[in-house]
Amino acid sequence: MSSNAAVIQAKSASAKKREVRKAMVAYSFIAPNFLGFAIFTLGPIILAFIMAFTEWDGSNPMKFIGIQNFANLFGNDRFVAALKNTIVYSIFTVPLTLVAALALAILLNQKIKGTTFFRTVTFFPYVASLVAVAAVWNMLFTPNKGGLMNQLLMKVGLEPLKWAAAPNTVMFTIILFSIWKNMGYYMVIYLAGLQGISEDLYEAASLDGANGWQKFWYVTLPQLKPTTFFVTVMLTISCFKIYDIVYMLAGGSNGVVNKSAIVLVYYIYEEAFRNWKLGSASAGALVLFAIVLIITLIQFRGEKNYAND
Amino acid sequence: MITGSKSKNRIIGKVIIYALLIVLAIIMLIPFVWMITASLKLNKDIFVIPYQWINPEPRWQNYIDIWTKIPLAKYALNTVKLTLIVTCLQILTSSFAAYAFAKLQFKGRNILFLAYIATIAVPWQVYMVPQFIFMRKLGLADTHLAIIILQAFSAFGVFLMRQFYEGIPDSLCEAARIDGMNEYKIYAQIMLPLSKPALSTLIIFTFVNTWNDFLGPLIYLTTDSKKTLQIGIKMFISQYSAEYGLIMAASVLSLIPVLIVFMSLQKYFVAGITTGAVKG
Repeated sequence: MSSNAAVIQAKSASAKKREVRKAMVAYSFIAPNFLGFAIFTLGPIILAFIMAFTEWDGSNPMKFIGIQNFANLFGNDRFVAALKNTIVYSIFTVPLTLVAALALAILLNQKIKGTTFFRTVTFFPYVASLVAVAAVWNMLFTPNKGGLMNQLLMKVGLEPLKWAAAPNTVMFTIILFSIWKNMGYYMVIYLAGLQGISEDLYEAASLDGANGWQKFWYVTLPQLKPTTFFVTVMLTISCFKIYDIVYMLAGGSNGVVNKSAIVLVYYIYEEAFRNWKLGSASAGALVLFAIVLIITLIQFRGEKNYAND
Repeated sequence: MITGSKSKNRIIGKVIIYALLIVLAIIMLIPFVWMITASLKLNKDIFVIPYQWINPEPRWQNYIDIWTKIPLAKYALNTVKLTLIVTCLQILTSSFAAYAFAKLQFKGRNILFLAYIATIAVPWQVYMVPQFIFMRKLGLADTHLAIIILQAFSAFGVFLMRQFYEGIPDSLCEAARIDGMNEYKIYAQIMLPLSKPALSTLIIFTFVNTWNDFLGPLIYLTTDSKKTLQIGIKMFISQYSAEYGLIMAASVLSLIPVLIVFMSLQKYFVAGITTGAVKG
């Protein structure tokens, strides 16, 4: 009896040992990535939440000041301008990019020769480095009359524009550029969505005598609803993170962006790395986080809805 | 009669589609064509009206001068070095961790994975400031190591690889275990060779992201000799904004590697975007 118990105990001990060894192996797989991730991503994220409630320049001791930073934000006209510009940018860029991407996807989903070439051409601006393409844009859209775009405007009888150099057209130029650069990416997502629609639906619609437009309106569009939802969410989040396009197109030679084009991330960058007001920068960062979080939560709810469909 | 008008309609439809496609291609390609033509011009010839698309005397000198005007070779070398190291580290550590998350049972698996998922929703811009302060405390400001750390441990990589491994049947690993293979061997000899498509997707995304990264190097790298192509060219543009021909030549050169990688791995790019799309 007692020897039996000992055997069982010994067995369970060795089973436990095996379990521990198995776990150690698993941890050894995860460790290299997780350590880097925990120290350099997770840690700083937590620190961001703390810093937002402090006054700190990075070298002198931190001073906790409660919600003062957030209260100050809305009295700071550069932050208010940044928030406003980012929202305006998103309101225009999201629907316009979406429509362009959908139109492109439908066009490039036709069974005709050469679509691979045209897909590549549409997608390339997305991977091309921003510094290079922004440099070309700045020359094509140069405020003087010799620029290609202004030549084009004058040819059709319009006044040349100042584009990124004037406060009233700078946002328009930035929006135009970002649609051109990013629509290929969302087109790829739409293409996948289109290819997921069953041919049967179109055949049934044809039998009912639907024309092309009706098929688009009553079959394609409803079937693409989950894709459209996903694209809207992704686009909105990426719009709120905009920084480098603004820096390249609207930043002066010293990189300073003025109030007509400043955006949230530029505000964070400027407060932190030019003014060394880290608390205020982190408060701005948390506002950005809150916006992105709300959009993500909307996405989760939406996805649940579509999963139930 | 009816079929005749139908096929006529079809031809008209095709003509319209091709017309639209050509307009599209012009809009997408003009900036690149302009970039190349302008890179072969003297500064004074660039903003003439009307623009000369065909240049009788291309000025190849621009492509020689740019290497001496700025340390372009140094910038390129830095970028290549960073891109290679980041891409290697990224695939190694992510596929390694993803294997455990997908195929091994252990305590805390769900919580650890949740930590990854949660941070995907946090934009880097939200924590870039504390991250920089932390790196500076470690003495990593103005080092390439900082840029490597910044890019090499992304949650995205682990997520993408795990997604792929989940699709590989567990019975494959079980059979290998019965044959006496240990987990490291299973990872290296069975899983890794099977995951070429996912690895290719991860490679191309990491490559392009690191090659094109701007904000990271802008914040971290202050010494000129450590700068990357993107920052180096941007600085050149700010300093010599009227050197149009040279700016365009540098831009063309900086795009070539991306173009090559993109052309050769294009289908994996599309695959990567759509996995993201399907899984959210």
